[in-house]
Amino acid sequence: MSLSLDEVRHIAKLARIELADGEAEATQSKLNGIFGLIEEMQAVNTDGVEPMSHPQELAQRLREDAVTESNRRNTFQNVAPQTEAGLYLVPKVIE
Amino acid sequence: MSRTDWEVVIGLEVHTQLNTRSKIFSGASTAFGAEPNAQACAVDIALPGVLPVLNRGAVERAIRFGLAIGAAVAPKSVFARKNYFYPDLPKGYQISQYELPVVVGGQITLMVPDGKGGHYEKVVNLTRAHLEEDAGKSLHEDFHGMTGIDLNRAGTPLLEIVSEPEMRSSSEAVAYAKALHALVRWIDICDGNMQEGSFRCDANVSVRPRGQTGFGTRREIKNLNSFRFLQQAIDYEAQWQIELIEDGGTVQQATVLFDPDSGETRAMRSKEDAHDYRYFPDPDLLPLVIDADWIARVKGEMPELPGALSARFQSEHGLSAYDAATLTASREVAQFYLDAVAAAGVANAKTCANWVMGELAARLNKAELDIGTSPVSAAQLAGLVARIADNTISNAIAKKIFEALWNKEGESADAIIEAQGLKQVTDTGAIEAIIDEVLAANQKSVDEYRAGKEKAFNALVGQCMKASRGKANPAQVNELLKKKLG
Repeated sequence: MSLSLDEVRHIAKLARIELADGEAEATQSKLNGIFGLIEEMQAVNTDGVEPMSHPQELAQRLREDAVTESNRRNTFQNVAPQTEAGLYLVPKVIE
Repeated sequence: MSRTDWEVVIGLEVHTQLNTRSKIFSGASTAFGAEPNAQACAVDIALPGVLPVLNRGAVERAIRFGLAIGAAVAPKSVFARKNYFYPDLPKGYQISQYELPVVVGGQITLMVPDGKGGHYEKVVNLTRAHLEEDAGKSLHEDFHGMTGIDLNRAGTPLLEIVSEPEMRSSSEAVAYAKALHALVRWIDICDGNMQEGSFRCDANVSVRPRGQTGFGTRREIKNLNSFRFLQQAIDYEAQWQIELIEDGGTVQQATVLFDPDSGETRAMRSKEDAHDYRYFPDPDLLPLVIDADWIARVKGEMPELPGALSARFQSEHGLSAYDAATLTASREVAQFYLDAVAAAGVANAKTCANWVMGELAARLNKAELDIGTSPVSAAQLAGLVARIADNTISNAIAKKIFEALWNKEGESADAIIEAQGLKQVTDTGAIEAIIDEVLAANQKSVDEYRAGKEKAFNALVGQCMKASRGKANPAQVNELLKKKLG
């Protein structure tokens, strides 16, 4: 499998990464290199092996349902570029 | 123009907010109405280096739901990242479940109004239910041309419940949503508060000529937060699709929004710019393992479910399917009815049911009260029902006594009967005396009746009841009056 230049541009758009002229081609060849690796791995016979969603054969640890966090809004908002009335401000978004 | 008979196909996705104290992946509070961002901790605002840790309470509620609908609770399920960019989702992805959800299958039985005053039963199969986190809120009022972000809701646990596309009318969709709403409150996993967004519906709607087996192209109506809007949005959308097709158009897959002011749906985004979520297993979270012991423990703590209770009301109390369903609409109503029957006796179950669903429900509705705060207690209602059953009072008098109980004019039906002298008159001699008086004073009605006018008889019964101030036994009045008029 290999990616077309359009697919590379689409992925970049989804990831909100701007690709300058020429960068798309370079990225395409890097990504296709990775696909090459995947193809090699897919050649391994995995019959009878259950697919894993995580490399460690462990179960998720759970926490009790209790409120353990206090209000640290001021600390967090000190490093935010812009805040007002307790809100984080971001460039206007309208869907 | 040829007239096609169209069938509407509806599937619902319902987001229920789980009523845990803390968030699904952090220890921040989920309480409603806090100051903006006062309940958004480092995990919720996605500061670098933080890790999600799953809330046992959220998982337990998912198990409870799975058991309540007879679904399979997955021994192993996996959290996945759903990737999209939006400022109220600071991580750039929502943690959800994709390929391996926690609940698979199950079904819900509902009573659907048939539009002719009756109801029919319908079983809706569920596809799945999965755990996920809610996003924050964007406030688009003007902050100098910027958008304000409140992340208090970010990380609130949700159970997204997905039905099969098995509903065939907006009435069925509403009946399903109501049954689900009642169930999640019954098993106490969600407060069901629709104004606060604790229970939100997305409806997938398509149409097809009746008889066709394949589905038409669907459009998804997002974020319906009332049963009325759900009904209106589906009706409008289905009609819109039918008209489009009949005019020679084709439906394009799209996400649409419902505008309650205009009653119309409008496209939000088409398939071309639909989100490409690139789901993949979240490396920050290990698989969720639920063992049989845990499921058994949760099962042991479950309340009797509305379906089982409704079946019991039918078999043990002799109620109709509809009455049983109505009385199991909420745990509070069911408990009130059960308490009343316990005091009045199973023989009077039907009368108790009629009073709970009739007079009491109407009065509570008018006063905008919940049954939990009813001024008339289950024991008081049972006392009233017992006096109807043993013929101490007629139904008409019973209504007066109910009113008196409601207004706290007496402690019990017996006390009010005694104090106000409302005991039913069943003495034949006394009733005959009343009838004689009435007949003497209403010669015109007597003549009319004898001339074959049936209505005149009812007028005479009414006069007798009035003369006895409602206390005469109506059945006896009927019988004796008929005898006297020969």
